[in-house]
Amino acid sequence: MAEEKKLKLSNTVLPSESMKVVAESMGIAQIQEETCQLLTDEDALKFMHMGKRQKLTTSDIDYALKLKNVEPLYGFHAQEFIPFRFASGGGRELYFYEEKEVDLSDIINTPLPRVPLDVCLKAHWLSIEGCQPAIPENPPPAPKEQQKAEATEPLKSAKPGQEEDGPLKGKGQGATQADGKGKEKKAPPLLEGAPLRLKPRSIHELSVEQQLYYKEITEACVGSCEAKRAEALQSIATDPGLYQMLPRFSTFISEGVRVNVVQNNLALLIYLMRMVKALMDNPTLYLEKYVHELIPAVMTCIVSRQLCLRPDVDNHWALRDFAARLVAQICKHFSTTTNNIQSRITKTFTKSWVDEKTPWTTRYGSIAGLAELGHDVIKTLILPRLQQEGERIRSVLDGPVLSNIDRIGADHVQSLLLKHCAPVLAKLRLPPDNQDAYRAEFGSLGPLLCSHVVKARAQAALQAQQVNRTTLTITQPRPTLTLSQAPQPGPRTPGLLKVPGSIALPVQTLVSARAAAPPQPSPPPTKFIVMSSSSSASSTQQVLSLSTSAPGSGSTTTSPVTTTVPSVQPIVKLVSTATTAPPSTAPSGPGSVQKYIVVSLPPTGEGKGGPTSHPSPAPPTSSSPSPLGGSALCGGKQEAGDSPPPAPGTPKANGSQPPSSGSPQPAP
Amino acid sequence: GSVAVEDQPDVSAVLSAYNQQGDPTMYEEYYSGLKHFIECSLDCHRAELSQLFYPLFVHMYLELVYNQHENEAKSFFEKFHGDQECYYQDDLRVLSSLTKKEHMKGNETMLDFRTSKFVLRISRDSYQLLKRHLQEKQNNQIWNIVQEHLYIDIFDGMPRSKQQIDAMVGSLAGEAKREANKSKVFFGLLKEPEIEVPLDDEDEEGENEEGKPKKKKPKKDSIGSKSKKQDPNAPPQNRIPLPELKDSDKLDKIMNMKETTKRVRLGPDCLPSICFYTFLNAYQGLTAVDVTDDSSLIAGGFADSTVRVWSVTPKKLRSVKQASDLSLIDKESDDVLERIMDEKTASELKILYGHSGPVYGASFSPDRNYLLSSSEDGTVRLWSLQTFTCLVGYKGHNYPVWDTQFSPYGYYFVSGGHDRVARLWATDHYQPLRIFAGHLADVNCTRFHPNSNYVATGSADRTVRLWDVLNGNCVRIFTGHKGPIHSLTFSPNGRFLATGATDGRVLLWDIGHGLMVGELKGHTDTVCSLRFSRDGEILASGSMDNTVRLWDAVKAFEDLETDDFTTATGHINLPENSQELLLGTYMTKSTPVVHLHFTRRNLVLAAGAYSPQ
Repeated sequence: MAEEKKLKLSNTVLPSESMKVVAESMGIAQIQEETCQLLTDEDALKFMHMGKRQKLTTSDIDYALKLKNVEPLYGFHAQEFIPFRFASGGGRELYFYEEKEVDLSDIINTPLPRVPLDVCLKAHWLSIEGCQPAIPENPPPAPKEQQKAEATEPLKSAKPGQEEDGPLKGKGQGATQADGKGKEKKAPPLLEGAPLRLKPRSIHELSVEQQLYYKEITEACVGSCEAKRAEALQSIATDPGLYQMLPRFSTFISEGVRVNVVQNNLALLIYLMRMVKALMDNPTLYLEKYVHELIPAVMTCIVSRQLCLRPDVDNHWALRDFAARLVAQICKHFSTTTNNIQSRITKTFTKSWVDEKTPWTTRYGSIAGLAELGHDVIKTLILPRLQQEGERIRSVLDGPVLSNIDRIGADHVQSLLLKHCAPVLAKLRLPPDNQDAYRAEFGSLGPLLCSHVVKARAQAALQAQQVNRTTLTITQPRPTLTLSQAPQPGPRTPGLLKVPGSIALPVQTLVSARAAAPPQPSPPPTKFIVMSSSSSASSTQQVLSLSTSAPGSGSTTTSPVTTTVPSVQPIVKLVSTATTAPPSTAPSGPGSVQKYIVVSLPPTGEGKGGPTSHPSPAPPTSSSPSPLGGSALCGGKQEAGDSPPPAPGTPKANGSQPPSSGSPQPAP
Repeated sequence: GSVAVEDQPDVSAVLSAYNQQGDPTMYEEYYSGLKHFIECSLDCHRAELSQLFYPLFVHMYLELVYNQHENEAKSFFEKFHGDQECYYQDDLRVLSSLTKKEHMKGNETMLDFRTSKFVLRISRDSYQLLKRHLQEKQNNQIWNIVQEHLYIDIFDGMPRSKQQIDAMVGSLAGEAKREANKSKVFFGLLKEPEIEVPLDDEDEEGENEEGKPKKKKPKKDSIGSKSKKQDPNAPPQNRIPLPELKDSDKLDKIMNMKETTKRVRLGPDCLPSICFYTFLNAYQGLTAVDVTDDSSLIAGGFADSTVRVWSVTPKKLRSVKQASDLSLIDKESDDVLERIMDEKTASELKILYGHSGPVYGASFSPDRNYLLSSSEDGTVRLWSLQTFTCLVGYKGHNYPVWDTQFSPYGYYFVSGGHDRVARLWATDHYQPLRIFAGHLADVNCTRFHPNSNYVATGSADRTVRLWDVLNGNCVRIFTGHKGPIHSLTFSPNGRFLATGATDGRVLLWDIGHGLMVGELKGHTDTVCSLRFSRDGEILASGSMDNTVRLWDAVKAFEDLETDDFTTATGHINLPENSQELLLGTYMTKSTPVVHLHFTRRNLVLAAGAYSPQ
């Protein structure tokens, strides 16, 4: 019977052959021919179509069976893939879900999964008088591929519809698809003005709104209000319509670093690095074109001899750490065999480290930069030099006190080395950790290293245990991974240290919500256990509450219905983009809410990971922000009021702001 | 009068037509002989005669199966099914599962093929050519099939070109017969009742102004004057009885007219803004959406059997008070309508529970007092938007009801479903008033003509039909879609119909002439929603491909060649101008566009559920 139906209909929805393969893979050796036909039945598809879906679900099949007066299979309800199994025995055949045995105590100890969110309505402008606004609710106006095409092959990128419609019409951002007329109008000049095409035109034209936006954003990024800065960074990290402003941001950052390194303005340098981070996190931007401008800026912040006015007090180490992670991220994203970014950077670091005369600050930066590049780099470049470096450190620490600054520097380098090398060694070496063996191999650092390796092993074991217990707990704190980097309760003094570490947090969360693999500056896996035990569940929860307030209040944003089109279009964009703030920043009204909904959207579908993955937060409130939440989201600055660097910094900072480049200046 | 549609023709009687048979081994030869003949004929005839391939193929295959030549049938199918046009693949798939005589009993597709003759439209010359060939060859087998099972609609004149044929074919049972589209259709609009509109902006006066419908009065202001003169194409005002206007309806009409004065004049240079309502956290469960005419309420039907109503204005949804509380109210007071509402129940969202299956259709009554919903459970439910409870469950379809819609004048509504019929109901009758039977597959969508005298239905048999509400007759059959039809909309002036199908195309029809007048290509997936702007200048289409597209409707209908010849023969030459007509494409973020609506001021409201990939 099986052979009888080998009809080769090209586009059968589910040919019975594949049906059989599916069946066999599930352990059903012989599937009845009628079953095949029944399963391929069109009726189920009908239900899918009428349900306005692209995926056939089990319920569609149930309804189709019901139509045919066949009793549906009760109890099979799944949104996605159903891994059900087959068993037989005692003359009975059974199909069942494979359900894992679950430890009751685990369930009790796991925090309750959040209640799935209720359906809600949210309004946004898909188009304003024919132009699609570049707001996060809409798809990015210029997809990355196109930005790439423009960058690499400017001559070929004459896709008129995508280019400069917005600015030309004075209506803001480029419309995704201009109307047919627009295309026709623009085609001729493109063809004639050959010299014009040598540079992508997008660089030259910014609409008034974009200029305003740029001004607002850059001012906020380097201004004194941390809440505003968080919003601005959020906007940079998520806004889809920024590609036209990218060259200006890039110049802003590189010039800013140049000036502020000379001025030793640590605070501003930190702010600029956070901008770099935000730009990197924006999934819609094609940064390749500007990496050459950004890398020197970031590198400067890692290895510069002096980054602050009072090197003995100010925590410029944190900036170096943060920038080192950034460089690692850049390498990971942009290094190719043609540009060799990673190897060039590695060389630079190594060179300055090897140099005897390098000051401790630069030394620290070089090591940090190398260490962030990953375990392999640590293994091949850092471990072999441990002994030598250990001697140097010892000579400073144990020797006569020449300079306090040197002492601090050596101390930091030492803990940096211990921090990064211990986990690597823990993996490389087999357990018995012998102080003497370490001393023999690594010199004066040996004993310390040994004890750190022991700790690292203990942590790894602890972590493994946790992993085994439930997978849920792992998925849950995932967004906080980068946070762990920061408050290492290590020997270092806290203070400013916290800042850059937690900077990463909100942004990172968002990225992980959008892109599947959040770019992580290679945190050794052992580390975040420390974190999750120290800052515990509360931080996790805060992160999650990020997307919380959104949907509930989303339904309130209904204004556009009755009114006609708002005449001031830019406002629509600015509001929703700029006020991207997390729930904790009170001033941002419904605008922020809008933003958040979209940001938190993607995960709603990914329900596979278990109810707690990321998507559907519990009801908490946007009205009563908890201080912790605020700190987590705003880079920790609100919490620690003292953390933003010395008071003189800020005002002066603005005064000394660079842009000689002619781009709109942040107001002094 | 209602007809019992469930009366299936006796299967065995139908099948016995296949009894006469030739030599089963010769079938392949017959078919390839004919194929050879057609392919060698002159170009002008080849396109026309090629239409024969598909119906002949199906009937010959069925004949083989019926007479239990299973192997021959299989080999015949394998050999020739690849020759058929791609839009028949869905039907061929069903056919391929028919391999034994027993399978044929109760197979609906098969029955359709038998009970309704496949209609081909062929010029006299081509037909003569075919006839001569078959008689010369003594090919009785094929000749019999042509005689018995096909309906060949012969016309005089030039044979049609390939494009002309391709535009019209594709439906389950071939093209519509020409006479099917000959009857007169009153596509004009009804005369608007005279309502005294205060010329200044005082609402209060309008309330007291009487306005007897159907009474001629010189118009005082220009707005809405378009329908004041009797449209020559309009049906008589009382052709079907329509409900009297209530005071509140008049108020609403006045509001409407005021809004009309503020309406944006749309055109290629003035595109409407689109406000998108995204349903979040719907988990793929949104199945139907409707928006009230004044754009104040949105209803969503969901796969979890609920119907949810949102207020999208600051005015919240309130229920009427309990009966005991109502008795305390002073009925003479001016604000009695306000007093009866229970402030405690105010909320933005009301959920209506009652269905026991996914809700596939939803429609607000024009006066916003009622909401209809149709569901997989076979019922249509009428909900009160005063109490937010179910008032009536209309049973009759017994199978999933895919769509339902209120008449633009209220009171009547239409529903269509899996049972292949559309039904006309009145809200105060348990039984349907009319049953529109004729579709050969599910009725996917139903729409009232703006004058409420006609109902259009789109079906999975790939035809669109127009039914007369007065007598239940089918007055138009439109063929040309290559996939099940999922959306319909009438132009505001009642002259045109736009239909969208799973093939991603939108077709435009002239109702008066019964002709296809345009084809809009661009969408890459099912077109789920269609709507004309209030003045008919723009057609908006929304699709499963996550786009909203705007089309220039004025231009699309501008230079129709409706000369006598076209009208008489139904031959159409579609211009390939989709790209010129396309005014804009707007991508959403993975949100299929389930519903479109133009507000009274011509702002587009679109709705859909975010469905992450």
